[in-house]
Amino acid sequence: MFPDQFLFGVEVLLNGLMAGVLYALVALGFVLIFKASGIFNYAQGVMALFAALTLVGIMDGQVPFSHLINAIFGTDVHHFGWHVPAFAAILLAMAVMVGLAWMVQHFIFRHLVGQEPIILFMATIGLAYFMEGFGDMMWGSDIKKLDVGIPQGGSFWVEEITAFLGGSNFYGFFIDKLDIVAAVVAIILVVLLVAFAQYTKQGRAMRAVADDHQAALSVGISLSFIWVLVWSLAGFVALVAGIMWGAKSGVQFSLSLIALKALPVLMLGGFTSIPGAIVGGLIVGVGEKLFEFLIGAPFLGGATENWFAYMLALVFLVFRPQGLFGEKIIERV
Amino acid sequence: MFDQAESFVTADGRTIGAVMMEMKNITLRFGGVVAIKDISFDVREGEIRAIIGPNGAGKSSMLNVISGFYHPQEGEVWYKGARRPEMKPFEVARQGIARTFQNIALFEGMSVLDNVMTGRLNHMKSGILSQAIWYGKAEREETENRAVVERVIDFLEIQHIRKTPVSRLPYGLKKRVELARALAADPKLLLLDEPMAGMNVEEKEDMSRFILDVNDEFGTTIVLIEHDMGVVMDLSDRVVVMDYGKKIGDGPPDEVRNNQAVIDAYLGVAHD
Amino acid sequence: MLYRESGDFSETYKADSQTFPIKFDRYRYYAVLVFAFLVIPFIINDYWANAVLVPFLIYAIAAIGLNILVGYCGQVSLGTGGFMAVGAYACYKLMTAFPEVSIMIHVVVSGGITAAVVTIFGLPSLRIKGFYLAVATLAAQFFLVWLFNRVAWFYNYSASGQINAPDRTVFGHLVTGPNTEAWAKYMICLVFLTVAGILARNMTRGALGRKWSAIRDMDIAAEIIGVNPLMAKLSAFAISGFFIGISGALFFSVYLGATEVGEVFGIQKSFLVLFMIIIGGLGSIFGSFAGAAFMVLLPVLLKNVLVGGLGWDTALAAHLEFVIVGALIIVFLIAEPHGLAQLWRVAKEKLRLWPFPH
Repeated sequence: MFPDQFLFGVEVLLNGLMAGVLYALVALGFVLIFKASGIFNYAQGVMALFAALTLVGIMDGQVPFSHLINAIFGTDVHHFGWHVPAFAAILLAMAVMVGLAWMVQHFIFRHLVGQEPIILFMATIGLAYFMEGFGDMMWGSDIKKLDVGIPQGGSFWVEEITAFLGGSNFYGFFIDKLDIVAAVVAIILVVLLVAFAQYTKQGRAMRAVADDHQAALSVGISLSFIWVLVWSLAGFVALVAGIMWGAKSGVQFSLSLIALKALPVLMLGGFTSIPGAIVGGLIVGVGEKLFEFLIGAPFLGGATENWFAYMLALVFLVFRPQGLFGEKIIERV
Repeated sequence: MFDQAESFVTADGRTIGAVMMEMKNITLRFGGVVAIKDISFDVREGEIRAIIGPNGAGKSSMLNVISGFYHPQEGEVWYKGARRPEMKPFEVARQGIARTFQNIALFEGMSVLDNVMTGRLNHMKSGILSQAIWYGKAEREETENRAVVERVIDFLEIQHIRKTPVSRLPYGLKKRVELARALAADPKLLLLDEPMAGMNVEEKEDMSRFILDVNDEFGTTIVLIEHDMGVVMDLSDRVVVMDYGKKIGDGPPDEVRNNQAVIDAYLGVAHD
Repeated sequence: MLYRESGDFSETYKADSQTFPIKFDRYRYYAVLVFAFLVIPFIINDYWANAVLVPFLIYAIAAIGLNILVGYCGQVSLGTGGFMAVGAYACYKLMTAFPEVSIMIHVVVSGGITAAVVTIFGLPSLRIKGFYLAVATLAAQFFLVWLFNRVAWFYNYSASGQINAPDRTVFGHLVTGPNTEAWAKYMICLVFLTVAGILARNMTRGALGRKWSAIRDMDIAAEIIGVNPLMAKLSAFAISGFFIGISGALFFSVYLGATEVGEVFGIQKSFLVLFMIIIGGLGSIFGSFAGAAFMVLLPVLLKNVLVGGLGWDTALAAHLEFVIVGALIIVFLIAEPHGLAQLWRVAKEKLRLWPFPH
């Protein structure tokens, strides 16, 4: 019915949407923290990696810091020997992330109140390096398989339903079930987060803090509590993102590079907008894949995905720095 | 006195020259808000002109228009007898207009000396290559301008803090350093945005003395925004009164003080 | 006592604005120069050259360049890796296209080419600042790495995508290629660093440096008092690019000898140089040296102590390095944003008063 190239293009589009949803999920973590504290958390990707590592470590019963312990004491321990079921492990990992959120707040950002955004950003770069080394020391840097029971592999159902589109050439869309699950999870998370921010007391307090630290303090909002809350939420999003990406391609270092992918998403959508993170993620996901398909592979030698998002974002930055949905940046003398 | 075209001498022996700057029908809008509505006034060479009015009247905006930071949607700025085309703030500064700011705008990463030296940047012409080589042109220029800056530092009595980082200074001294930076530029026209804000009586007296000295010794024309009525009445030759973006008074202090519109809007009546 | 300053007054403005107004400092500076130029070349060996001194010298140049842009002018750049790549590839193309011309000239011209490229990528700084500008420079970083990977002209169509530095000599001594002696590598880098340091010091001490700092501290006020923001920012980008380009050219031709852009000039490099100037001290030439020395020495130290001494494996030592660096960045940002340079200044103050506490 439709030509193969076109169908392939549509398939690329759909996969782009799926990738976009995952990007959006990661971008959400950034938006949360940025909204409440003006910090762009470069460490968000590493947090996702750390969360996933911790989850796998707990599930597999790994001994934390085994490598270090063995090096110092000459022992050879690696595992406790037990296995923790996925659901409990996720809860425990979440608890670890909340603890992490508290420590980050207490030891780092409490001392950096009122500093310029760029200093805060550089602090998160330092945090990213620290956590990467720390995570590796704690759980080891080899690639780990993450299996929390999410269905994976191409969805036969989708493939069959769309088979007819190729006419006499059987052409069913290959869409991974995992991506579908991720999309659904992301949508649910977005709805929950937006509802939380808009309708709950804490959400309102969060928005007050995002607006003006001093003013929020003066009406009795506890800055440190809100920040711990925000970093915990980000940690939760990191855990979910870590599970999704980790299930897809294994828990490894490249997970931490998500931060770099999220940046263009945020520049497009606006750093302070939750819906913007979604829309930005979709645009980047689709745009990347389509550009590569239509222009990158045929004319530019391929692998344009590495920088397409950034170039697009650069254009936005110059002409509309606040992104599609962000707030305008005003300066007064 | 101020109606005549040529220069004249005031009662206390200062010479007021011809019209130096004229604001003609300036209107400034920010989106839907009209900050300045059809305001015209002039500033004569050598005078001290005050702009007063309640908060939000548009006084700082007016100063920003003069500085070239805001561009009025309607109206013209005339400087030294010619219409001033729309220009960037740094081009305005090069015409000999210097200013201080309502909320201190010093360079917090530098010392007092370096801050005041930045006031001389328009007078320092050596290019990147000369700077890189340093010895010769760049060093000579640096030493010459340092001498000028030291004179300003002497004048404002801040020698003892010249190497102190400005971030460590108390508020009153910061304001003085800002004045020094503006003076170092050797301006023809000096704009002061609330120079006395936040000062106690003694500091105000010092600052008033400096302002008068600047006008007296260097003949610098001064436009200042100020809320302290005593200061305004004592220091200025003429006053412009603004309210909600409009001009409601313009003339020598005594005249303005007795203007009913000004009293209603701003000055109020003394209560027993 | 140890550090005599009293009685050492300047009598002219010229004397007051010297780099080392205190005699003791000045003599120490001369001593270091003498040692560096006249002693080290005779006692240096391959290990020290390759592991410590040559990388230190080269990174110090890059750190000076980045410090001018970030520390003095306040324009944050995360594209240092990509910009060093520009210097490296420019040098490679020049070396292969003009084999008779001295490598010293090639390095300087590479610096110039990099300056132009960095200035172009610095154009957005006129509309966006701070954190957003940093992100824009990331675009430069990724794009440049892709460019040198994909466009075969840059690596002379070689099958491997690698670029190799052909042998070149200065005054008859080999400085590039595998047969170069340690002292020759060291000397060429030392010469470039010394000149770079002097030029940078000159530019930052006078009107140009003040323009940059004014833009950094309060760009709106700077513009209102007469600084042309366009010229100030672009000059910072250009001069920064010049130094970073030279550093990249030397890194490729003298230090590595052969390279492939992806691994060597990636974003890790950008962070490395950034960490150098944060730890060393933003807005300080001395800080650039200190930071470069620190970041070059740390892994060497860890490797020697932990792996050589305690028998740990290299992966663990690498992880520990990350932990230490990350923690230090945070500590310095919180406690001493002016880095080691400031700590040094404070230490000198204490020395002045020692043994009294204040």
